Amino acid sequence: MSEIEIESRNLDLWYGSAQALKEITMAMPEKKVTAIIGPSGCGKSTFIRCINRMNDLVKDCRITGELLFEGTNIYGNSVDAVELRKKIGMVFQKPNPFPMSIYDNVAYGPRVHGLRNREELDRIVEESLKASALWNEVGDILDRSAIDLSGGQQQRLCIARTLAVKPKVILFDEPCSALDPISTAKIEDLINTLKHDYTIVIVTHNMQQAARVSDHTAFFLLGELVEFGKTKQIFELPEKKSTEDYITGRFG
Amino acid sequence: MKTNERIIELLLFLSAATAVTIVALIIIFLLKEGLPVLVKVGIIDFCLGMKWNPIAIAGEPSYGIFPMIVASFYVAIGSLIIAVPLGLACAVFLAEIAPSWARSILKHAIELLVGIPSVILGFVGLVLLVPFIRDHFGGWGFSILAGSIILAIMALPRIISISDDAIRSVPREYKEASLALGATHWHTIRKVILPSARSGIVAAVILAMATSIGETMAVLMVVGNTPILPTPIYDILDPVRPMTSNIVLEMSYATGDHASALFATGIVLFIVVAVLNVISHRALKSKMGTRR
Amino acid sequence: MTSLISPATSDRAAKVMLWVSASISILTLLFILGYIVVQGLPVLTLSFLLESPRLSGAEGGILPAIVGTFCLMLVTLLSAVPIGIGAAIYLAEYAHEGAVTRIISFGVECLAGIPSIVIGLFGYAFLAIYLGFGFSILSGGLALMFMILPWIVRVSEESLKAVPSGLREASFALGATKWQTVSRVVLPTAIPGITTGVILGIGKAIGETAVIMFTAGSSLLMPTSLFDPVRALPYHLYILASEGISDKMAYGSSVVLLVMVLVINLAAVAIQRHYGRHHVRN
Ligand SMILES: Nc1ncnc2c1ncn2[C@@H]1O[C@H](COP(=O)(O)OP(=O)(O)OP(=O)(O)O)[C@@H](O)[C@H]1O
Ligand SMILES: [Mg+2]
Repeated sequence: MSEIEIESRNLDLWYGSAQALKEITMAMPEKKVTAIIGPSGCGKSTFIRCINRMNDLVKDCRITGELLFEGTNIYGNSVDAVELRKKIGMVFQKPNPFPMSIYDNVAYGPRVHGLRNREELDRIVEESLKASALWNEVGDILDRSAIDLSGGQQQRLCIARTLAVKPKVILFDEPCSALDPISTAKIEDLINTLKHDYTIVIVTHNMQQAARVSDHTAFFLLGELVEFGKTKQIFELPEKKSTEDYITGRFG
Repeated sequence: MKTNERIIELLLFLSAATAVTIVALIIIFLLKEGLPVLVKVGIIDFCLGMKWNPIAIAGEPSYGIFPMIVASFYVAIGSLIIAVPLGLACAVFLAEIAPSWARSILKHAIELLVGIPSVILGFVGLVLLVPFIRDHFGGWGFSILAGSIILAIMALPRIISISDDAIRSVPREYKEASLALGATHWHTIRKVILPSARSGIVAAVILAMATSIGETMAVLMVVGNTPILPTPIYDILDPVRPMTSNIVLEMSYATGDHASALFATGIVLFIVVAVLNVISHRALKSKMGTRR
Repeated sequence: MTSLISPATSDRAAKVMLWVSASISILTLLFILGYIVVQGLPVLTLSFLLESPRLSGAEGGILPAIVGTFCLMLVTLLSAVPIGIGAAIYLAEYAHEGAVTRIISFGVECLAGIPSIVIGLFGYAFLAIYLGFGFSILSGGLALMFMILPWIVRVSEESLKAVPSGLREASFALGATKWQTVSRVVLPTAIPGITTGVILGIGKAIGETAVIMFTAGSSLLMPTSLFDPVRALPYHLYILASEGISDKMAYGSSVVLLVMVLVINLAAVAIQRHYGRHHVRN
């Protein structure tokens, strides 16, 4: 059993007066993939956006309870959200490369954190693009605009951009939902490789994907955590009726 | 890092507050310079006084700007009488019947027209329009008519583009419903499209009026600038002096109460234009309110 | 309807009328431009552009007025751009909804609606007299800045708001601070739109006369410092025409002014075209 990296305890979240998360308690182990599944609007995105405090940017968003990262409550007073996000990266549903060159996209994070040395930057860019399996395709067109890449390439670029900051955790919010099957397969392969070095939390609507890539799975429904456990067990022997209904597609 | 961010936010806030600060300063300085005369003469007498005689050789100077207030409205309304029908027709043309080549020509023409400095329009008015009016309609040539025409040319692009927007924002279904009932295109434009776009068009017209009243150079060069009411009052071939011209013409040599009276003219102008702007905004807002 | 004219006929008649209206508008414009250009082109010689005026402008050239206009635009640009873009960034990226923000936006709206002659009066009382800048490039340039500031704020704010929020999120998720996100991602992405707006703003300022009459002065000497008075080109044109000094010179000045405005507007269009596809270099 590996160590617990992220743990939420009785986490409640309100958007204004609407409660979006109710008493979420779960623990995500280090260097494993945790999948979050559930019907649309059940709070999956809301939950993973709590982990790197992206919800700070939403006004009227109120959070109670604890979310521990490496043992400290990230909603504690001494935690700086900007520092936290260096350690917990995020890849979004829609690929969102900056309108800059491929190189500048990947170098953005290190530069923002003060790195100026060109050789060092070159090295990080190359490493990150290799790690995100994009180097072969873009290695000699680093000056091209990132906007010119295909959707799947853009998403892998966004992953490279996240890797360049050297985070410990990577959050994926439906990273493949805007992509074709081939690009999806590439990203799944990538996640399988990345989990040796990173703790990964992935939101997905695709049951097979959850089954293929994750070690643990959490099922959310209407802002509540219904069931959490080993992926194999959730998919083969779910404890709750609603989990089974959802997984077998009989939800309604 | 944190303090850096704070300082930047403060600087940005200060930039953002500049506009409102300038507006406040404008009001303060107008009042500071203009109030002395307003108090001395009395606001009513200043606004309704018929006689503008700031440098009296014998006796008391008098500061009455009623003829100039009338003149400002006179030329502005005159310009609307010309520009509104023409502008509306162009807007309907643009939005409803223009083939794309005609649309692009008219659009570019409008952009060009907006760009022409008003002093150039005034100059053209001075060398072409004023002699034309003198030769063909009589009078001195410098006249309400000349001012109205020049202002109409300036107001045209504004009226066209706002009305065009208003017409375009009329839901397609209205138009289709009418056409489906067998109405002709023109009937549909007149009975369905224009009424639905009415408040947007009204806003455009009032805004054009505010801008015309505030316009200086183009009018100044063609209206003749005599500070009395036209006689008879409906004689559009008579010269007049709008408020803006009054300020420009005398500011360079005015001192004391005289200068103060010019600032007071500025106050009245400011208020008139502000009120019209507010009404225009209201008209636009109410349009937003009634659209679902 | 008991009309004598059939609907089809009135439809056709109305359409003819609309075509006529559109043609009148275009012809008026063409006539004005054509007239100025035809009258003014013969005056345009190198010496007209490069000489100082003699006999109050009845002879010689318009160089000091061109230089004066140029200096005024420089001051206007240098003051309006940082303040205007700063204000837009605050409104688009930092401001929270509330009374303060409403007052700030209201102030921008108000300033936009103030007649230019009132801004001129204010510039005279505040800049020239109260702050002691006198009739000078500085006073005139700042007064023009007051006039185009709202425009620049609005255009910039729109360009900033058009930047997809996904880019901001991506930057924050990489551990960038607010200002890093704004300055390195949002602003560069919005720059083409902002630049176009700024250039168009200068196009508005360059032909403005009422604002500078009592702030920039009317000296026809070459300026040597920020505190020297200058006579901008549109004011020179006004004096030539209204004092009956020389229609010929006035036509020439008009053409020069028109060309300046035209070049500025075309530059704005060119920038918009060029950056149709966004690509920013770091
Ligand atoms: N910024 C916000 N302000 C207010 N309510 C929000 C906001 N973001 C999400 N919500 C609400 O919170 C609830 C959970 O939304 P969330 O985006 O987390 O769902 P999700 O599980 O990710 O759905 P999907 O699968 O469609 O992405 C929804 O009811 C949504 O309407
Ligand atoms: Mg979601």
